[in-house]
Amino acid sequence: MSISLSAGAVPGPRKDPEVAAALGRRRKRVDIIIRSLCVGATLVGLAFLASILITLTYRGFEAMNLRVFTEVTAPPGSEGGLLNAIVGSLIQASLGTLIGTPIGMLVGTYLAEYARGSKFGNLVRFVSDILLSAPSILIGLFVYQILVLPFGGFSGWAGVVALAVIVIPVVVRTTEDMLTLIPNTLREAVIGLGSPKWKMIVFICWKSALSGIITGILLAIARVAGETAPLLFTSLGNNAWSVDLTKPMASLPIAIYSMAGSPFEDWIALAWAGALLITLGVLSLNILARTLLRGRK
Amino acid sequence: MSSTTETGTTETGNQSFGGVQARSEVALNPPRIAIKNLDFFYGDNRALKSIDFNIPERQVTGMIGPSGCGKSTLLRVLNRMYSLYPGQRATGEAMIDGMNIVGHDTDLNALRAKIGMVFQKPTPFPMTIYENIAFGIRLHEKLSRAQMDERIEWALSRAAIWDEVKDRLDASALGLSGGQQQRLCIARTIAVRPEVILFDEPTSALDPISTLKIEELIDELKRDFTIVIVTHNMQQAARCADQVAFFYLGELIEVAPAAQMFTAPKHAKTQEYITGRFG
Amino acid sequence: MPTEHIVRSYDEDLRKLRDMTARMGGLAERQVADATRALVRRDTELAAEVVQRDVQIDALEREIEAFCVRLLALRQPVAADLRVIIAAMKASNDLERIGDYAANGAKRSIVLASQTSIGSLNGFERMAHLVQENLKAAMDALVNNDAEAARRVWEADEPVDAIYNGIFRELLTFMMEDPRNITAATHMLFIAKNLERIGDHTTNIAERIYYAVRGDSLPDERPKADQSAFAVVRPAGE
Repeated sequence: MSISLSAGAVPGPRKDPEVAAALGRRRKRVDIIIRSLCVGATLVGLAFLASILITLTYRGFEAMNLRVFTEVTAPPGSEGGLLNAIVGSLIQASLGTLIGTPIGMLVGTYLAEYARGSKFGNLVRFVSDILLSAPSILIGLFVYQILVLPFGGFSGWAGVVALAVIVIPVVVRTTEDMLTLIPNTLREAVIGLGSPKWKMIVFICWKSALSGIITGILLAIARVAGETAPLLFTSLGNNAWSVDLTKPMASLPIAIYSMAGSPFEDWIALAWAGALLITLGVLSLNILARTLLRGRK
Repeated sequence: MSSTTETGTTETGNQSFGGVQARSEVALNPPRIAIKNLDFFYGDNRALKSIDFNIPERQVTGMIGPSGCGKSTLLRVLNRMYSLYPGQRATGEAMIDGMNIVGHDTDLNALRAKIGMVFQKPTPFPMTIYENIAFGIRLHEKLSRAQMDERIEWALSRAAIWDEVKDRLDASALGLSGGQQQRLCIARTIAVRPEVILFDEPTSALDPISTLKIEELIDELKRDFTIVIVTHNMQQAARCADQVAFFYLGELIEVAPAAQMFTAPKHAKTQEYITGRFG
Repeated sequence: MPTEHIVRSYDEDLRKLRDMTARMGGLAERQVADATRALVRRDTELAAEVVQRDVQIDALEREIEAFCVRLLALRQPVAADLRVIIAAMKASNDLERIGDYAANGAKRSIVLASQTSIGSLNGFERMAHLVQENLKAAMDALVNNDAEAARRVWEADEPVDAIYNGIFRELLTFMMEDPRNITAATHMLFIAKNLERIGDHTTNIAERIYYAVRGDSLPDERPKADQSAFAVVRPAGE
């Protein structure tokens, strides 16, 4: 029953040290070439990134002053700021996230806990993934058709809905991924105690996956904070101060869009400031998300 | 302990020092769970074939057999764990207190409160030690804070882990060692006061000393609970079990008191497996 | 056992144990044969050899016991393997006692060679022959795992006991007839008793073999015919 291996009887010709050495040298050469290519490509990418960041930081800080945070956008020439745009972005991003997150979490939970392997589940997942990478301008146009045209005007609510539609697939994907990571033995342990399924999901699965899900939400916020195209067709932007969601609402990306394309110096400077603000905001959210995830590991 | 015999072994009248009988002389108790003609299917694949045997109350029944023989499958039938997964079903009878475990109308939550399970990998919930135990209790009972404290202390003591955690009940359960986590899972299971406890290879993920501690624990627990344990380790079955059942390819080949199974088994296949001639 | 162990060295260990026990059995057989021949032919040299050779049997017993202890500790045997190992261990004890009885008989036959012979030694020869046959049959049963052969050996002790009864009474008579016979007769009595005890030990070995193969024991009461415990011989004329 056992394989009989007498000592030394390894099949095949004996090892030739010269051949082995030659192969080793070739391996080293290939290794050096590939490594240089990789490093080179990284440097090129980093160079672009660095140049963007450096320019942004320089020009942005140049234009940054207290006015940016206290004044509303004003016609070029007068001393304006970005207050309405900042507040508008905050309102729309947070409301969009607030609406999109529960929907996304529930869909993700459905996919992970109730529909694993089912045809319908696969379909839902497929659609969600398409939505995830859909051009955001299409989402903007869609919301334009259903919330702007029938109501006869752009509004903050339309902007909120558009952002929510963008948030949903992001949260679906992270929720489902995080929940699928939970080992089945944990689920069985909860069920084995006599727990109904919903309690298992709420008290154990969501709790276990919490940091992952929160990371997903933070990433979703970071994404929608910088979206321009959907807001163009839904909340349009507003140069005056307004927190009325039924009226057009300002947002940072739109402000940057309109100011950067103008021929006025002070508006261009404000645009840089706005761009820097968005970049810093998105950066800090990303860092926060990453440290949260690493902390759990 | 009542002495109606189960498989025909006679209760020998010899030495019982201080009233405690050595395991080799113990007769098997009346059945707690009576399994009749049980079949189990993974889809179209018949994984368990006409299983017939009894699980005696307040004793340890060990189930052994080579990989894929169906012992874990049978264990998971007993608390309807397979109901979580579509395509898995069981036919036949497994009666406990007049209720058929595999019947259609069985209340699964009530069943699982009666028949608890401890798994191979320790599965502490991501909560404090206190909450881990309280979670299960709250599923079935409404206890005051004082009653809850008392029950949790009882459960942790019976699981031989109270002394190690009594000062840190508010610490996360994830910070315990492997052996401690497994004992926590045992405490969690007994806190809901089941009548039967199923152990699915409870020590294969643990070091030898923790293993022995768990075996000692099982020996104590059997005073109050009926225990069924699936194990790959035959020496563990020999050490722990009162009755041993040997499975092969989905069939129950032989079931006998442990002393008889390991000194003079009746079936050639049993003999071959336990002496290491195949498996 | 039709199949082999997954770990080959385990099978080799069991085979080695069997060989050692068979070898010890063969040695014991030879001791009994030689001791009887020394008695009948009044061959003191042969008798001395038998006494010396007893050391080998003792050494084998220690070797087998140590080997069995090692097997028990390292292999954790169960079921048939366990029974075989325990049987071998206990059989080696019995064989060692057999060797001792044979050597003891040889010592006494040296003394007897210097005395006038009394009575005939036919009974002794027959008893020794029967005992040797049983021992050989028991060893064969061990090597071949033959429970039925072991059972036959277990049953075959009766004739030995019957011969012993006859010798016992005969020797008592000799002692009563002439007190000068007492020394020789007493030694012969002991030798006869030794042979009868050898028969008993052989039966023990057969019982162990039966248990090792079958897993259950032979009944407690075996056919015995040893009446010597009740023997009373009255002097002629009473």
